[in-house]
Amino acid sequence: MTERSAAEEQKWDLIIGEQGKFFSLNLRDIWRFRDLLVMFVKRDIVTVYKQTILGPIWFVIQPIFTSLTYMIIFTRMAKIGTDEISPILFYLAGVTMWNYFSETLNVTSKTFIENASIFGKVYFPRVIIPLSKIISGLIKYLIQFALFLIVLAYNFIVKGNVHPNAAVLLLPVLLLLMAFMSFGIGLIITSMTTKYRDLTFLITFGISLFMYLTPVIYPASKFANYRYILNLNPLTSIFETFKYGFLGKGEFNIMWLGYTALFTLVVTVYGMAVFNKIEKKFIDTV
Amino acid sequence: MSSSIAIKVENLSKMYRLGQVGTGTLSHDLKRWWALTRGKEDPYLKIGQVNKRSEKGDSQYTWALKDISFQVNQGDVLGIVGSNGAGKSTLLKLLSRVTSPTEGRVKVKGRIASLLEVGTGFHPEMTGRENIYMNGAILGMSRHEIKRKFDDIVEFAGIAKYTETPVKRYSSGMYVRLAFAVAAHLESEILIVDEVLAVGDMEFQKKCLSKMNDISHNDGRTVLFVSHNLPSVQALCNRAISLEFGQKRMEGDTADVIADYLKKNKGGDAVKWNGRSEAEVAGKLAYFSDISLHSQFDNNIQMGDDIVLNIGVTLTDDIQGVMLRIMLHDSNEQLITSLFSLDFGTDLKLKKGYNSTRITVKKPNLLPGDYKISLSVLYNYGSQVYDTINDCITFTMLVADVTGTGVPFLSDRGKMWFDTEFVNLNA
Repeated sequence: MTERSAAEEQKWDLIIGEQGKFFSLNLRDIWRFRDLLVMFVKRDIVTVYKQTILGPIWFVIQPIFTSLTYMIIFTRMAKIGTDEISPILFYLAGVTMWNYFSETLNVTSKTFIENASIFGKVYFPRVIIPLSKIISGLIKYLIQFALFLIVLAYNFIVKGNVHPNAAVLLLPVLLLLMAFMSFGIGLIITSMTTKYRDLTFLITFGISLFMYLTPVIYPASKFANYRYILNLNPLTSIFETFKYGFLGKGEFNIMWLGYTALFTLVVTVYGMAVFNKIEKKFIDTV
Repeated sequence: MSSSIAIKVENLSKMYRLGQVGTGTLSHDLKRWWALTRGKEDPYLKIGQVNKRSEKGDSQYTWALKDISFQVNQGDVLGIVGSNGAGKSTLLKLLSRVTSPTEGRVKVKGRIASLLEVGTGFHPEMTGRENIYMNGAILGMSRHEIKRKFDDIVEFAGIAKYTETPVKRYSSGMYVRLAFAVAAHLESEILIVDEVLAVGDMEFQKKCLSKMNDISHNDGRTVLFVSHNLPSVQALCNRAISLEFGQKRMEGDTADVIADYLKKNKGGDAVKWNGRSEAEVAGKLAYFSDISLHSQFDNNIQMGDDIVLNIGVTLTDDIQGVMLRIMLHDSNEQLITSLFSLDFGTDLKLKKGYNSTRITVKKPNLLPGDYKISLSVLYNYGSQVYDTINDCITFTMLVADVTGTGVPFLSDRGKMWFDTEFVNLNA
C-alpha cells in the first residue's frame, strides 16, 4: 500500500497549497488558457461600441477631438510651441501614445477590484486579464496609429516639414516598453489596492498629473535646462524617440532608452512577483 | 483497488479575519512582518478557534476550516452537507483555487472545473454564440472543444433560435439554461458543483439532475456536490461528508452521513415567519403575529415525523368561535389538503390579546418533495376571514425508510403514500 501511494505521489496534476516560488511566470497555465486570452481581447474590442452607429470609428474620433482641444488650449491660448511641427500632427503623436499608456495602466491597476466577482467564482491564471488589456489596448492604438500615419503622409507630401528616418524601426520596441511598463506598474498598484483601497482614488488623479511630466503636449526641447529631471521619467525617452523617428524632431539617446528598458524590466518582474503572491488570497481581503 | 484517488485533501485549514477588513490591516501587517523577520510564528495564526458563530470569541481571526482531510476516489459523487457557516463554501473555494489555504494542501489528479455560479463571465452585449465561447473558455475549455460541443449545448439549452441575439434580450430562464448548458458539457475529469441547481423551473432542474447523474455514472467522472437540498444529495451521491463548525463531522455512505446529520440537528424552531408591520395588521380583528416551523434543520422534515407549527395569534377583541385553518400545497400550487381546527372538534377558545397555539400534523403521508403551508384565522368555516398568510412556510420532505424495508421511496412516486397491504390470496 505504501509503495503504491508513493508511486501515486508522482502523478498529481495539481497541488493546491504549495508555496509558490517568489517569481514564476506560470507559462504552462497561461498557454492552456490562451483561448480565453483571445476571447477577452475580442470582448474588449467588440463590446465597447456595440449599439453605436459609428462603431469602431469612435476609436479615431476620440484622439482627433483631444488633439483639436489641445491645439486650441496649448498652441493658440498658452502659446506653447510644437517644435515647428504642424500642431495637429504633434498632438496626435503624443495623444495616441499617451492614451495607450494611461488606459492600459488605468485598467490593469484595477484588475483585482473590477474582476473580483469573476475571480471569486472561477479559477484561471489571473494575469490573463491584464495581459488581455495590453493586447486590446495595442489593437486600439494601432487603429489610431493608422490615422496618425495618414496625417503624417499629408504633412510629408504636401508640406514637407517632417523628416521620418530609420528610427521609426524602433516602434515595436517603444510599444513593447510602454506596454510592459504600464503592465508592471499596474500589477503593483492593483496588488496594493486589494488591501488599501485609498490607492484607487489616487491613481486616476496621478495618471492625469503624470501626463504633464511627460513630453506629450510639449516638446522636451522646451525644457532644455531641466532635461535630466525630465529624462528621469522613463516615458520621456519613449516619446522623444517616437517623435525623433517619425517627425524628425525630438531626441534619440540610446542611453536613456536603455534606462527606460531597465526600468521596465524591473517593474515587470517585481509586478509579476507581487501579483503572483497576492492573486492566491486577494479574494479574502478585496 | 479498482478506483484510484482523484482528490486527496490533507489537513486543509483556512483562516479568516473577522470584522471590517481594511481597518488596522497596516498595523497587523507590520506586526506580522516584525514577528516573521525575527523568526517567530505568525502572531495571528496562534489564536485559532473553532468556528462557532453563535458564540462570541475573543480573537479577531477565525478558522473557517480546520484540519480537514478526506479522499475522493475517481468516479465518486461526493456530497458535502452542513448547515450555514459550516465551511462548505470555503472548502469549495479552496478546491476550485479561488483562494488559497492557510495550511494544508490538496492533491488533485485530472482537470478540475468548478461551477460555483452559472454564467460566469457572461457579457450582456454579446450574443448567445459569443457567450458560449466566452463562458466555455473561462471554465477551461479550449476553442476546439467548444466548437465540437456547440450544437449539443444549444440543443440542451433550447435556444437554437436565439444564438445570434445578445443575451441581454434573453428571458431570465433562457439565460440560466444557456449558462448551465455550457457547464454541463465540460469535459474535465473532476466537476465541483455548488447549489447552482436551485435555479430554473422544475423541469429544467430535473434535466440538470439527470445530466449530473449521467456525468458521474456513465462517464465515470468525479463530482463534488454541495447542496442544502438533501433529497438531491441523497439521489445523486454515493458518498458524503458532513461539516460542522469548520471541521469534519462524518464521512461515509450518503445515507449514514445524512441520518447522522439529521439526528444531531433534531429540534429547534428553524424556520420562522416574523409577523408584519403594524400598518399591515391595522384594523384586523385577528391576525398572525408569528409562525415558526419546528424542524430538524433549516426547512427539512423527514418522512414519518410530525409537522409542528408554533403560531402566535393576536385578537384585538373578544370574539367567539375563532378557528384556524392550515392548507398544504405542493410546489406546483396543487392543493393537497385544507384542515380546520373544528374538523377535529377543537374549540381553541382564543382570547383577546396574544394567544400561543400549536398545530401538529401527525405523520403526514407525504412523499419527498417541496411543500408550502398557508394559514388562516377565520370565523365559522370562513364566513369571515380575519387573516390569511399564503405560503408562510415552505419545507422539504426528506426521504426516510418509513416502510422499514431498507429501500426508501426515491424516484418520482407522486405526492403521497399510504400504508398498503399487498397479499397473494392463493398463497
